[in-house]
Amino acid sequence: MKIESRLAQIGSQNDPDTGAVSFPVYQSTAFRHPKLGQSTGFDYARTKSPTRKVLEDAIAELESGDAGFACSSGMAALQTIFAYFSQGDHLIVSLDLYGGTYRLLERIMSRFGVTASYVDTNDLDGLETAYQSNTKGIVIETPTNPLMMITDLELVCTWAKKKGILSIVDNTLLTPFLQRPIELGADIVIHSATKYLGGHNDVLAGLIVTKGKELSEQMAILHNSIGAVLGPQDSWLLMRGMKTLALRMERHQYNATAIANFLQKHPLIAEVFYPALEGHPGHEVQNKQSSGNTGIFSFKVKDARLVEPILRHIQLIAFAESLGGVESLMTYPAVQTHADIPLEIREKVGVDDRLLRFSVGIEHVDDLIADLDRALSLAQAELEGGA
Amino acid sequence: MSTSNDEKRRAQAKFATKLIHFGSEIDEATGASSVPLYQASTFHQADLEASQEYDYTRSGNPTRQALEDYIALLEGGERGFAFASGMAAISSAFMLLSQGDHVIVTEDVYGGTYRLLTTIMNRMGVESTFVDMTNMANIKAALQPNTKAVFLETPSNPTLKITDIGAVAAWAKEHDLLTMLDNTFMTPYHQRPIELGIDIVLHSATKFLGGHSDVLAGLAVVADSSLGRRMKQIQNGMGNVLGIQDSWLLIRGMKTLQARMEMSEKGARRLAQWLSEQPDIDVVYYPGLPNHPGREIHEKQSLGYGAVVSFDVGSGERAKKMMSRVRIPLVAVSLGAVESILSYPAMMSHAAMPKEVRLERGITDGLVRYSVGLEDIEDIIEDLEQALRG
Repeated sequence: MKIESRLAQIGSQNDPDTGAVSFPVYQSTAFRHPKLGQSTGFDYARTKSPTRKVLEDAIAELESGDAGFACSSGMAALQTIFAYFSQGDHLIVSLDLYGGTYRLLERIMSRFGVTASYVDTNDLDGLETAYQSNTKGIVIETPTNPLMMITDLELVCTWAKKKGILSIVDNTLLTPFLQRPIELGADIVIHSATKYLGGHNDVLAGLIVTKGKELSEQMAILHNSIGAVLGPQDSWLLMRGMKTLALRMERHQYNATAIANFLQKHPLIAEVFYPALEGHPGHEVQNKQSSGNTGIFSFKVKDARLVEPILRHIQLIAFAESLGGVESLMTYPAVQTHADIPLEIREKVGVDDRLLRFSVGIEHVDDLIADLDRALSLAQAELEGGA
Repeated sequence: MSTSNDEKRRAQAKFATKLIHFGSEIDEATGASSVPLYQASTFHQADLEASQEYDYTRSGNPTRQALEDYIALLEGGERGFAFASGMAAISSAFMLLSQGDHVIVTEDVYGGTYRLLTTIMNRMGVESTFVDMTNMANIKAALQPNTKAVFLETPSNPTLKITDIGAVAAWAKEHDLLTMLDNTFMTPYHQRPIELGIDIVLHSATKFLGGHSDVLAGLAVVADSSLGRRMKQIQNGMGNVLGIQDSWLLIRGMKTLQARMEMSEKGARRLAQWLSEQPDIDVVYYPGLPNHPGREIHEKQSLGYGAVVSFDVGSGERAKKMMSRVRIPLVAVSLGAVESILSYPAMMSHAAMPKEVRLERGITDGLVRYSVGLEDIEDIIEDLEQALRG
């Protein structure tokens, strides 16, 4: 079955008792044992919960993995995976990484003896240099956020396998509709499902998919022991969002491509970072390993003084953190999502005060371009008036 | 000024009043009599320069905030935190420690806490010693140069042993140790550890606070603002927060906490009394019984005995037979609900514990745990009697 069909059918035929097309929300925490030592498969909601299980099975199948785990946020998913490692272990992590991941590693995991090196994960020589005898895993974001750098997953996962380390791929921006890292050799896929999978800026959630029996069993133990699991209502809302994933991603991508092209030609814009554009350094690899492009991109304005008035003048596009929702959002990474990353790392990758990130929604593209065009003109007029 | 006056008035109100008038009971914008569910992951930033209270739900959400303020008020603490489960709250508290640290833990601690410490935290370089805390000397003897914290559960689960909270807290302060206490069995209605000197109170709110076996949730309350900042960093950094619907359901459950606890406790006292009169029941564990070794200390530090009674029916065979015959309680994991729940620790809550450790801690094959719900207690006893004797 094609992925569009599988997405639309999530949970649809799973309730044998009533035939309900929408899977019920099992708000129950405890489950009666038919007899001592016997179980219905459900004992306590932290360990396994019926609504959450439908979601977990769906994401595992969509990502071509063996087991899925739903967590209370993307960071909770990452934290659960990090608990797989021990004191003295070392990780290699994408240089242009999400601020929350950096914070978790540097402020919390570091206190428990887990260290990390931040490198361009697409540079094999750099990976060799960063590799240490205690390296146990590599965490890859592709495309990265916000600079949309692409990593060749097949190449790097093969390298990781040779080294005997776990490869963990954050697939938040592309979703299994456009990219399936496990098919390219990854061991673990992680999602902030708050973004495209949920798609409506109304659910905070994280997902983990593992490949292999042993790894899946170990992850199940960690998931249950740490207890950062997703609630039943949020599990249900997330499945509801995922049913329209294909439709949304197609529209996100169409809008983003049109707007990226518009901005690339705009006189106030210095640079547009979007792998769908032909001049993007990762364009070819992206086309090889994914069936399309994400709905967010970043761009640099020519003058940092334009940022504040642009954000003030956008009307249809909201100025807010997060991405991947049906509504368009503009983020200023240097002060919002990436504020916790030290200036030297941010500048090394190019997250500076001229960079804006645009999560393109599914509104009509003409309205979005008009809103942006108007905000840019007003910002320019203010700048000239003030100068 | 009026805000701080309101806060003062709320803090001074009696417990039953606090449960209903906790500050967010009326929605300011609409006058609605229940906190709205803010099912939003992100918040529009009106102004780039001005910081606003909410920006992203992992970091803060109005519905979850109402719950967090609510539990802080009830526990008499500085700041509250809501987590995806009790274990998420407990694991967050342990993340305040670092590699190389040592923690002293109640011997018959909840099986999930035991598993967390012995299979995950140990790999992260945090060492733990489990001691019988009914005797202060055991705690003192466990002190090491790298000891950083003491983790208490009183009454403990499932044998309901009592630890002197004030004595441990005072000793811990002398040695500059962080104190954490799992207050799940008592709830702030019966026991408020922060008032006795504890730094962090933890809850599996899935139990009595939620009270309806329909929300999985954890809560933490810290005693001071600097701990509050550290805990906030961990909660936001690890992202193991409670969802919106579940936050709302928990608030809804907590409003009836006192009414539920009063009735369940009354039933538990009667059940414990009845069980201790039965010649074929080996041991009954309940802090309200006159012969309970910790009764005096418990009465000093708590306002009630709780709704959980454990008892030993003599053998695993008899326990299993009884469990197959009961008609009222749910035979299940968990406790603290409107419906009575009968659990078998050896195969459920403490299954994660090695058998020899389990037996050493009195969790025998004949031990069962009865969480008394809101059914009529005479029906409960009659049901138990037929299950035991049949």
